[in-house]
Amino acid sequence: MLMRHARLIPLLLLLAAPPPALAETFEQQLPNGLRVIVREDKRAPTVVHMVWYRAGSMDETNGRTGVAHVLEHMMFKGTPSAGPGEFNRRVAAAGGRDNAFTSRDYTAYFQQVPRHQLAEMMQLEADRMRHLTLDRDEFAQELRVVMEERRLRTDDQPQSLLFEQLTAIAFQAHPYRVPIIGWMNDLENLAPADARAWYDNWYAPNNAYVVVVGDIDHQAVFALAAQHYGPLPARPLPVRKPQDEPPQLGTRRLTVKAPAELPLLMMAYKVPVIRNVDQDVDPYALEILAAVLAGHDGARLSTNLVRRQRLAVEAEVSYDATARGPGLFYLQGSPSEGRTVSELEAGLRAEIAAVRQNAVTVDELARAKAQLIAGQIYKLDSMFEQAMEIGQLEAVGIPYTQNRRLIEKLQEVTAEQVQAVARKYFDDQQLTVGELDPQPLPSAVRAPAAAAQR
Amino acid sequence: MNPCQLLFLLLLALGMQTTHAAPQIERWQTTAGARVLFVETHALPIVDIQVDFAAGTAYEGAGQAGVASLTRELVELGVAGMDEAQLADRMADVGAELAGGVDRDRASIALRTLSMADKRAVALDLLRAVLSTPQFPAAVFEREKARSVASLKEALTRPETLAERALWTAMYPSHPYGRQATAESVAALERPQVLAFHAANYTAPRATLTIVGDLSRAQAEAAAEKLTAALPATPGMTAIAVPELPRSGEQRIAHPALQAHLLLGLPALKRGDPDFFPLLVGNYSLGGGGFVSRLMKAVRDQRGLAYSVHSYFQPLAQLGPFEIGLQTKKEQAQEALKLTREVLAGFLAQGPSEEELLAAKQNLMGSFPLRLDSNRGILNSVAVIGFYELPLDYLDRYPDNIEKVTLADIKAAFARRVRPQHLVTVIVAGE
Repeated sequence: MLMRHARLIPLLLLLAAPPPALAETFEQQLPNGLRVIVREDKRAPTVVHMVWYRAGSMDETNGRTGVAHVLEHMMFKGTPSAGPGEFNRRVAAAGGRDNAFTSRDYTAYFQQVPRHQLAEMMQLEADRMRHLTLDRDEFAQELRVVMEERRLRTDDQPQSLLFEQLTAIAFQAHPYRVPIIGWMNDLENLAPADARAWYDNWYAPNNAYVVVVGDIDHQAVFALAAQHYGPLPARPLPVRKPQDEPPQLGTRRLTVKAPAELPLLMMAYKVPVIRNVDQDVDPYALEILAAVLAGHDGARLSTNLVRRQRLAVEAEVSYDATARGPGLFYLQGSPSEGRTVSELEAGLRAEIAAVRQNAVTVDELARAKAQLIAGQIYKLDSMFEQAMEIGQLEAVGIPYTQNRRLIEKLQEVTAEQVQAVARKYFDDQQLTVGELDPQPLPSAVRAPAAAAQR
Repeated sequence: MNPCQLLFLLLLALGMQTTHAAPQIERWQTTAGARVLFVETHALPIVDIQVDFAAGTAYEGAGQAGVASLTRELVELGVAGMDEAQLADRMADVGAELAGGVDRDRASIALRTLSMADKRAVALDLLRAVLSTPQFPAAVFEREKARSVASLKEALTRPETLAERALWTAMYPSHPYGRQATAESVAALERPQVLAFHAANYTAPRATLTIVGDLSRAQAEAAAEKLTAALPATPGMTAIAVPELPRSGEQRIAHPALQAHLLLGLPALKRGDPDFFPLLVGNYSLGGGGFVSRLMKAVRDQRGLAYSVHSYFQPLAQLGPFEIGLQTKKEQAQEALKLTREVLAGFLAQGPSEEELLAAKQNLMGSFPLRLDSNRGILNSVAVIGFYELPLDYLDRYPDNIEKVTLADIKAAFARRVRPQHLVTVIVAGE
């Protein structure tokens, strides 16, 4: 094998090269407003190319929920120059993988390809940024696919149903109340014109940015971007209304009945997210609190509720400090056999109360921070994850260049600050509690061995 | 240097690394008799070590279904001198992560750690303790057993779980691959059975270590020696029986879900079998190639019947399955099943077209670098090579092996491996 020798040459070149520029991530904005962000990662001869649009389900209007995600599907259904299915076919032929995802805050498209295929990917993405066909028959067919996706991911998933309904109750004014995939009845009545209006409103270069991570020179990427995305005209964007959530005035409770075995408890507290990277303190303290409660197998919820008290089969926490809309801090779990949902609720409340009264220990704080830094280094192993991190920060209005500051801010969090957020935000007035009430399956299901073999 | 500074220096360094095709794999055996595969890469200060034991569910004794998973869970829940919480805390203190699981053939314990000497030394000591001195405390055993029973009961309400289990039972009616843990079988397990399963299967001759990352060969050798020194040298049960092929049949299971889950499958392929490449290339066109496969086009794009439809081969130590799966609104289950069978029959009769073959090769060869563009990707590929004793130049020859597949190879391989008289069908919630 020639590899050992092949590896020597770049290393020698490297020794003679001048020190790298201060930032290894580069950025340029085209005259039409499209921003291009490039991170050079030359470990392997591949690139990931992503196009992010600042439009997600939170930008939808009543009666048209799910349109952001349906449009994402339709983006694979052709333009005049590349017909239905052609996008996937050409990515596959290029040796690539591609897909897309819609969130509350954004819609994004990506391809992972060998590095020399980047130009073709840009040509394809630029084409569908402006020239989508949105054929009526293709639309009708794809809507059926999306309804199958809703059945698969939500309607037949008790946990997802609970989450969907809890969210719809926790938020009343803010569009975060709506499921990303849309309500089934809205999907049933969605028209091609709705998708067209969505596309025309939001799919403009001045509402998008491109993220490229991989083995490619940033100047070359900028040149390709100018060639392919440069000719697309900027357009005025619709006004975004804030739709702020009014204050919650007391605990909200709901129950979801669905076929399942284990009950599930989900508690969601209204908490802040990062709005000012430098001045904010609380969102960082909440991140550390989440890590202390459930950041590893020995964390508090697992140790106290699952292992010592045997109150829960599982107990978890979820909090995302970055979002365009309002934040929720989730505590959730399933009670052990013989224990009740209310006992588990009391147990979860007791864990918050313990932080409120006695703060967190120096060891716990150091541990949470050690995991955080290690996690950032592990992220460097994946070009896809690096591109995701850049894209997600930008989507919520935090420049990717602030990532270093975000991590410093997390490192600066003190035990007192963690205690302060536990005291400040976890009161009943800000709480929504959802319970999955498991319903037995018909007896035929419980004895599949008895089913006939034909 | 504080950790933040380190992180951002690393980001700077990423732009300066070398480029290569397939990783260079080194292989040796430890004194205790464990196999080691090592890929040295210093691009990032990360070390991954995956230890795979031939301790999957196929090695469970009759009446002990569930013992393999329970054993794997318990090895990291208490070691000599450290209870489960202390172990987890020390691991987290150095930012290290322990992962893994159990499949039919393998029980895996995977460590990811930073490579700085102080962090790495702690993480390796903890992994060595997990490998050599697990204590299986009685109280922890009882608790984890109860948790397993609870999650199993929950899983058995899910249509996808019911379908997958019924399919494996039907594909392997009298073979260990078809054996499934039930709430009853797990509840009946006793601690001595776990101890016996561990003693018999977590041994040096049954272990393969895959090490990828920021270590020298000498450091990797020292680590592998240390990790395996205390493992017993007993070889244990080696061969899994050859499964008999089932008679084709159809099983329906009632369920209140809105969607029917349809699965078709049969035992088809062993690791290392030369039919692997023609089947891989052919299956790309049938149902493996994501959005461009025949099944996806027919079932999703043309008829809107499903969100996802796929087919794949899962080669194992013995004949692993070929499987087709999809989910659709229950009212259209029959239509989707009929269409799926037509697509399969058409493919078996004619094989792929010239254009499909070309497209399959373009993608499978072109995308090969994507599988190896991270330490994690290299680890996954090399661990399979190690555990199943594939040739060390497997990755180097992979593109050539794809390239030389012909239409005739594909038709012949499918004719040998996917015979309709052995294909079993499971439909959950299809009424």
